[in-house]
Amino acid sequence: MPDAAAPARIPRPDGWQILKRNRAAMFALRFLVVLACVAIVVPMLLPAALKVTSSESFMPPSARHLLGSDVNGQDMLYRVLSGARVSLGVGFMGAVISLFIGTLYGMISGYAGGRVDAFMMRTVEVLQSVPRILFIMILIAALDDYVKEWVDGWRLAAQAENWNHAASLMSDLQAYSKVLVMIVSLGLVEWLVMARIVRGQVLVLRELTFVTASKAMGQGSWGVLRRHLLPNLSTIILTYLTLTIPAVILDESFLSFLGLGIEDPAASWGSLLKDGAQVINPLESKWWLLVFPALLMAASLLALNFLGDGLRDAFDPKSGE
Amino acid sequence: MPSFLLRRALSSVIVIFCVISITFVLARITKGGPFDREKEPPPHIKEALLTRYKLNGTLWEQYSAYVGSLMRFDLGLSTRYRDWRVSELLQQKMPNSFALGGLALVIASCAGVGLGSLAAMKKDTWVDRSAMLCALMSISVPSFVSGPVLIAVFALWLGWLPVGGWGTARQMILPAVCLAAPYVAYIARLMRNSLLDVMKSDFLRTARAKGLSETQAVVKHAVKVAILPVVTFLGPLAAHLLTGSMIVESVFNISGAGMIFVNSIQNRDVFLLGGAVIVYCVLLVLFNLLVDVIYTLLDKRIRLYA
Repeated sequence: MPDAAAPARIPRPDGWQILKRNRAAMFALRFLVVLACVAIVVPMLLPAALKVTSSESFMPPSARHLLGSDVNGQDMLYRVLSGARVSLGVGFMGAVISLFIGTLYGMISGYAGGRVDAFMMRTVEVLQSVPRILFIMILIAALDDYVKEWVDGWRLAAQAENWNHAASLMSDLQAYSKVLVMIVSLGLVEWLVMARIVRGQVLVLRELTFVTASKAMGQGSWGVLRRHLLPNLSTIILTYLTLTIPAVILDESFLSFLGLGIEDPAASWGSLLKDGAQVINPLESKWWLLVFPALLMAASLLALNFLGDGLRDAFDPKSGE
Repeated sequence: MPSFLLRRALSSVIVIFCVISITFVLARITKGGPFDREKEPPPHIKEALLTRYKLNGTLWEQYSAYVGSLMRFDLGLSTRYRDWRVSELLQQKMPNSFALGGLALVIASCAGVGLGSLAAMKKDTWVDRSAMLCALMSISVPSFVSGPVLIAVFALWLGWLPVGGWGTARQMILPAVCLAAPYVAYIARLMRNSLLDVMKSDFLRTARAKGLSETQAVVKHAVKVAILPVVTFLGPLAAHLLTGSMIVESVFNISGAGMIFVNSIQNRDVFLLGGAVIVYCVLLVLFNLLVDVIYTLLDKRIRLYA
């Protein structure tokens, strides 16, 4: 019986209408969709010769290299766009992981209440007083070797079984193992804000009549959480997902800039800027190595923040910051 | 008040203890030890080094030895910079970060509160919109991009400020502005939203009714209340800024505490890392306490309770 009941929703002004009227946010959304498509499609269409290292190092922008070339003679257009793939991908995946952990944690804490809630929130406070970037760096250092070994183990196992496809896939994956490590480390650290927001919402929602009603009809805790609370949380979650992505991208780029993040042959905006900053000198400016990744990165972060602000205005108007 | 302070002190010690434990355990279970080099030292020498630094034995033995030395207010020796005590290294690097972070904190709070109040008072005009656009832009541009841009514009092109170096006040301006920029934006947004809320409240209507101009009403009455969320934000921000910024220090080539974090993790210098984390946590706890005290001074309705 309770399962037949449609999940109740709190009536509120339609946030999507508010969002659609926000021109800056809609422009930001379009920009991000176009950027994501370009970053996925264009690197596949580029001639193979541009993707590999060549002797044409430090070429300024020209018809052959639209955005110039880097120290190894790789085309900067290809590097910047594959950097966009990694940066946006790490940002999105890291934010999704943090969203899962944060939502689950916040829901349990808020719904359980009492001592469990107090303990769980104290834990969040303790974790928040660790310098975040430091925690990520320790996690990366801790995970990196394990993941590399783990991927290598799978590669050797695949070779032993003569699964050539799997083996070559694994050796490709080896080059990108740091990306995997970054996603996991960032995701494991960035969930604290999400947990607090979700808990705050659950504290309000669980006192409402439809929750009491469904409990009275005999629905278990998980059922209430999944069927009644989660649908009402979805827009808040979406909002803070959008605001977490730029934070993760920024942290990733900091780490890559310091040389602790993404490594060659993979590239991200942060690692491209690091490479560019290393060869800069006052006599001969290789501006194209810095300007293009910096512009694209700033524009993407600005767009994500605009969109996140728009979503927050639409769905969470009471929260200030 | 005294019982509040006592309880806070106790819970702060527990928080610091937890953070230290997490850091130490994570740093020790990470692969690679402090004495692993490209050229591996002979096993008996490595063993002797580990014994000297009390880093052999089980994780529990290492941990209890470390906590024991912390109880005696001894932060231990650096494993990387031999014969340097962690406290000496911190004493050497911290003043630079304190100066840089303190200046950035002043810039961020003054500019942020000013900009946010201005935007709130001119709500929905071009002043408000351009201030908020600037704020969003300075949040979106990472400091390793804004730093070189600031150098290029103000040092190389306009020639107003020195390109680099550290020590004089003029040399500190660019790194401090670069470090402060995103936080100016956070504070401005926070201040704007909070002031807009307060401007709707009854006591401000009274202030206007008794004949104060809008500016007078805001400056005399509203700002004092609206600043509370900013004060809360300033607590953790102060701890964060004063313990140094890895990026700004590396862009402007300043020898500060930020690089201690990066290098000590890379070198597996667990005691130096622990010392830096302790400084961070102690600052965080102290500033949060200060925030609570300032709260009661600003808003008489709030009573500290434990």
